Amino acid sequence: MATKTKKAGIGLHFFANPARFLRFARKIFPWVAIVAVACIVAALVLGLAVVPADYRQGDAYRIIFVHVPASYMALMIYVIIALASAAGFIWRHPLADLIAKSSAPIGACFTFISLVTGSLWGEPMWGTWWVWDARITSMLVLLFLYLGYIALNSAYDDPTKGARASAILALVGAVNIPIIKFSVDWWNTLHQPATISKFDRPSMDASMIAPLLLMVVGFIAYYLAVLIIRLRSEIAARRIRNLRLAQVGG
Amino acid sequence: MVTAFFGLIGRDLRLAARGGIGSLVTVVFFVIAVSLFPLGVGPESALLERIAPGVLWVCALLATMLSLGRMFDEDFEDGSLEIIALGPLPLELVVLAKALAHWLITGLPLMIAAPVLAVLLNMSTEGFAVLMISLLLGTPTLSLIGSVGAALTVGLRRGGVLISLLVLPLYVPVLIFAVGAVEGAIFGLGEQANLLILAGGLLAALALTPWASAAALRMALE
Repeated sequence: MATKTKKAGIGLHFFANPARFLRFARKIFPWVAIVAVACIVAALVLGLAVVPADYRQGDAYRIIFVHVPASYMALMIYVIIALASAAGFIWRHPLADLIAKSSAPIGACFTFISLVTGSLWGEPMWGTWWVWDARITSMLVLLFLYLGYIALNSAYDDPTKGARASAILALVGAVNIPIIKFSVDWWNTLHQPATISKFDRPSMDASMIAPLLLMVVGFIAYYLAVLIIRLRSEIAARRIRNLRLAQVGG
Repeated sequence: MVTAFFGLIGRDLRLAARGGIGSLVTVVFFVIAVSLFPLGVGPESALLERIAPGVLWVCALLATMLSLGRMFDEDFEDGSLEIIALGPLPLELVVLAKALAHWLITGLPLMIAAPVLAVLLNMSTEGFAVLMISLLLGTPTLSLIGSVGAALTVGLRRGGVLISLLVLPLYVPVLIFAVGAVEGAIFGLGEQANLLILAGGLLAALALTPWASAAALRMALE
């Protein structure tokens, strides 16, 4: 039992040493970057050129290959931020704090892309750029949560304090997201029943699933690649900050 | 511990009472913000009747949010928050007392002003009782959720603007269920489900938010 817990401790704290993490990151970065570029390019070629047009929506539906993976990433990254925040808050794990902080702008971008592509898709399909649909509204609230998180994180002069404050916010937000989602669904069904049912989700053909999954894999790899770049610069920035502080102190 | 708890509430209430007009700013803001709506959307009574519950609740939410900055900031600046933290009361209960005092100072005056404003907005009479119940259940939840935002931004220079960004997304469910209850009563759809969910939200906030706020305060006092 004792050895087991010790082992778990090593696993968790293995990357607490930034130098060790940087070595690991340098090794996997090219692979992640290659996978990201290959998958996204393949998915775009498949989705835009190979897959046949939908019989009802024509070519406009092809935006799904960006829209759905982006929405998926937006949610996944918030979950990652919440988990990393919990790890950072409970174990004071420095890398977990950095992962949470560096993930937030990427997640906010994916949320924004999801909203914009959804709006672009809505124009030809529903005849309007924006509908106060339950899903759209909860994505918008998610974007606000991301922005609040980023703002709080950068509001503190001391980065460790900023990390802890925003960790609390991320955890409160994580408790709230299901409630917000549920309440927005409820609100929408109460106010405007089924105005949007003209849009039937097409049951997807297998040939359409392939580019979608490729794009999800590509986006995940892209996220990891950007995360590694951001973590590297973040670690470097902290090192510079510590050196400066040491200079002032000495 | 009970004495300390109520002592803290009493202290905040006395401070507010001696603050003069300063402590009434919230409710004055509420009245002004609501009276801007007829100027903005036009004075047709049918339109105002339709939007009254939403306008009242959105303004109550904004008024509560504006007053959140005072929950911990002044005590933090003059050092009394540190002394309170050293006292016999656990920080979680300090937060609870502070949030309760905040509700008594801001939420309760809002509840008194709300029916008058509802008359001005020509809200239909079926909604009045439910409006009061929804405010009674909803505004304490706003104070409690707001305590997290107030504790997270305590001592920050740009805290005032930041707090709105942190707290408003979390207020969305309260707004939806409260307005849903009032409109349910007005349109005869029934208000019970929404009010029960609001009550559930209040209990959950009562149980959970003091922990988050206390963690944030501990960090600020370090």
